[in-house]
Amino acid sequence: MDLSQYLEMFIDETKEHLQNLNDQVLVLEAEPDNIDTINEIFRAAHSLKGMAGTMGFKRMQRLTHDMENVFSEIRNGKMSVTPDLVDIVFKCLDAIEEYLDCIINTSDEGENDNEELINMLNACLKAEGAPEDVKPAQPEVKEEDKKEEDNDKRKFLHIDIADFEKNAITEAKAKNLNVYGVTVYIDESCVLKAARAFLVFKGLENKGEIIKSVPGVQDIEDEKFDFDFSMLIISDKSLEEIKKIISNVSEIKEVVIENYEIPNDVEVVSSVQKEEKAPEKEEVKKKKAAPAKNSKPVANRSVRVDIEKLDVLMNLVSELIIAKNGLVSVSNQEDSKTSMQSFNEQIEYLERITTNLHESVMKVRMVPIESVVNRFPRMIRDLSKKLGKEMELIMTGEDTELDRTVIDEIGDPLMHMLRNSADHGLEPTIERLKLGKPQVGTIQLNAYQDGNNVTIEVIDDGAGIDVEKVKASAIKKGTITEEQAEMMTEKDAIDLLFRPAFSTSEKITDVSGRGVGLDVVKNKIEGLGGDVEVSTKLGEGTKFTVRLPLTLAIIQALMVEVRQEKYAIPLNSIVTIEDVSVHDIKYVQQKEVINLRGTVIPLVRLDEALDCSPREEEPENLVVVIVKKGDKQTGLVIDNLLGQQEIVIKPLGKYINIHRMISGATILGDGEVALIIDSNALI
Amino acid sequence: MDENAVVNESKQYIVVKLDNEQYGIDITFIDNIVRMQQITRVPKAQSYFAGVINLRGEIIPVMSLRTKFGLPDKEYTNATRIIIVKPESNAKIGVLVDEVREVVALEDDNIEKAVYEEQGSNLLGVGKYNDTLISLLNIQGVIQDLDNA
Repeated sequence: MDLSQYLEMFIDETKEHLQNLNDQVLVLEAEPDNIDTINEIFRAAHSLKGMAGTMGFKRMQRLTHDMENVFSEIRNGKMSVTPDLVDIVFKCLDAIEEYLDCIINTSDEGENDNEELINMLNACLKAEGAPEDVKPAQPEVKEEDKKEEDNDKRKFLHIDIADFEKNAITEAKAKNLNVYGVTVYIDESCVLKAARAFLVFKGLENKGEIIKSVPGVQDIEDEKFDFDFSMLIISDKSLEEIKKIISNVSEIKEVVIENYEIPNDVEVVSSVQKEEKAPEKEEVKKKKAAPAKNSKPVANRSVRVDIEKLDVLMNLVSELIIAKNGLVSVSNQEDSKTSMQSFNEQIEYLERITTNLHESVMKVRMVPIESVVNRFPRMIRDLSKKLGKEMELIMTGEDTELDRTVIDEIGDPLMHMLRNSADHGLEPTIERLKLGKPQVGTIQLNAYQDGNNVTIEVIDDGAGIDVEKVKASAIKKGTITEEQAEMMTEKDAIDLLFRPAFSTSEKITDVSGRGVGLDVVKNKIEGLGGDVEVSTKLGEGTKFTVRLPLTLAIIQALMVEVRQEKYAIPLNSIVTIEDVSVHDIKYVQQKEVINLRGTVIPLVRLDEALDCSPREEEPENLVVVIVKKGDKQTGLVIDNLLGQQEIVIKPLGKYINIHRMISGATILGDGEVALIIDSNALI
Repeated sequence: MDENAVVNESKQYIVVKLDNEQYGIDITFIDNIVRMQQITRVPKAQSYFAGVINLRGEIIPVMSLRTKFGLPDKEYTNATRIIIVKPESNAKIGVLVDEVREVVALEDDNIEKAVYEEQGSNLLGVGKYNDTLISLLNIQGVIQDLDNA
């Protein structure tokens, strides 16, 4: 069966389960006795196993299966959660993620067996033998043991079956009855596998006695099995007859049936059964691998959309069609006067729909920032271990929504900043104690909506930025001269951090200090139309503030004309628009500036910057659009103002080289293309 | 069915004109042919890019084959066309030509391959069709070249 159609769903759901597991294991680390959490982890691991099995990812299935085993033991109170175990589990999660990445890229899980991890998990299981005797001191736990005994039988089959089964088989043999070992494989496309299994049991009931089934009958009824189950059956009928009965049930792929001999050793039972299964599984795997390879282009990116939002969209689209029909009927009207009136009505109607449609589509594109930040607690935990610093991450505003395009890009910069705070910001625990600070360092990640922007703050209560140290380091690296350093304000010095290849950390660590970092962060965020600010207090901490536009796709812009060409300037970068007389232009270092209410602002002739043909005659008054970047301002000289307009940003396409000052293009009402000016590049 | 076999061996080309020369573009790369429309200049782009156009809501860069091949500019006429080429599945580019003439099917036997090799990767060869010669454009080469320019 071709499973590729489910691949996207599988990937999405696996991601969700992984995230859930990561979160829950973090909780577990803090509260090792939390039964709810353990149950949740068990369930998630179980689902993962099932999903991986269904998709034919055997390695992933095996790993999750062993994880599930461990948590089953923990759930039954036979094992306790140790920090070591948590570490192993985290490693397993990483390994599963690796599988998933591999699957996303190639639709195959790869060759890594992660034998080591599986062994570690199994070692945990075995080690549990000793503490088991110590544990039952708590009566509560013991009670649970009994309740869960049914489950245990399934897992430790070879132990439990040893005695009574042996007896039953011996008895049967004495009565000259046949004992068969049967493994039934159900077709993978089967929807009601429990029902099929039930039919198998029902058919066999009359012919003999089923002494044992794996998994247990109850589990099979609950569909708690993959696509195969095994059983031992005592019967006076021939092997062929039994086989026929089972094969007659529809959607059964294969029946493996053999005379069953009492093994000398219990261990052998399981290995015999395994041998029976092994070649079959191999075959299944091969079958599944083949179609997967054909579907090379794997997994598109997808967004999960609330069905209600989709309904709204559908509704609007149907209204759009009605509006179109309205326009058609208006155009057929003969009387020009009434047709003009109803034409205008239809246009208004259409306008209302498109506004709503725009709003709804934007909502569909909005994704809560949670999907990016929810992996950070795990990261901070790992960093904390790696760096030997105690720290905690406090997050607020995870439900703040951002445009999908921004969400996709913002993850890495945020991660950089958090790593930066953890490594450079926070002091080592010993130092913190000396300074009388709380032992555990705090990093805060706050997100909130602020007008048309979303602000994300990364705050640490660490050492803060030592401006002098930054300057010294910059001088040493030759980025600035000593004279320049003297002149620098604190703010300028902090901006040095955003220069490429700048790191104040003396030692290079795994985490940061390679000098690749803040400049990349800044570039990325500015690329998204946002900005970064830093404020710091020596000894008290540092605060990075990232401001991002709510959406990238649609912005308010000022349309201007330069010669005959139309350009759009994003409204959020515009401060004011001024009429300036040519006589007010002064020169500083041969550059044109104006003195606007006490501020000296440099002028940029947009026509020159854009290579337009020169103006024949210089007018008396210039129209100047004052734009800002941070607290720097620049005046852009344009020819004409056309007005404010909502524009849809579109990329200019591949192949064409685009100057930094053009951030994209938009299509105007008349179908004409206007370029969008990124004023940041002109300042 | 025999007829089909013959067709399969030959490739179809759209024949376009620049001045008096005829060029052929492999039809498999062509997405669309549109009439001349308003082109918005893009400052600071490569010189042979005339600008960008709006093709049904999508913005597509348009290069002038004349400028690219060092021919002098020419007034746009009623015959001027923009050929929308799709060299990759996710990218389109417009190519400005003086005139689009016809679609021809050329068999491999009628294509002279080595002749124009020294001219770089812009040409695949020269095709003979009836009495005329058609220079076959290596459209991917022409476009790939842009990266280096």
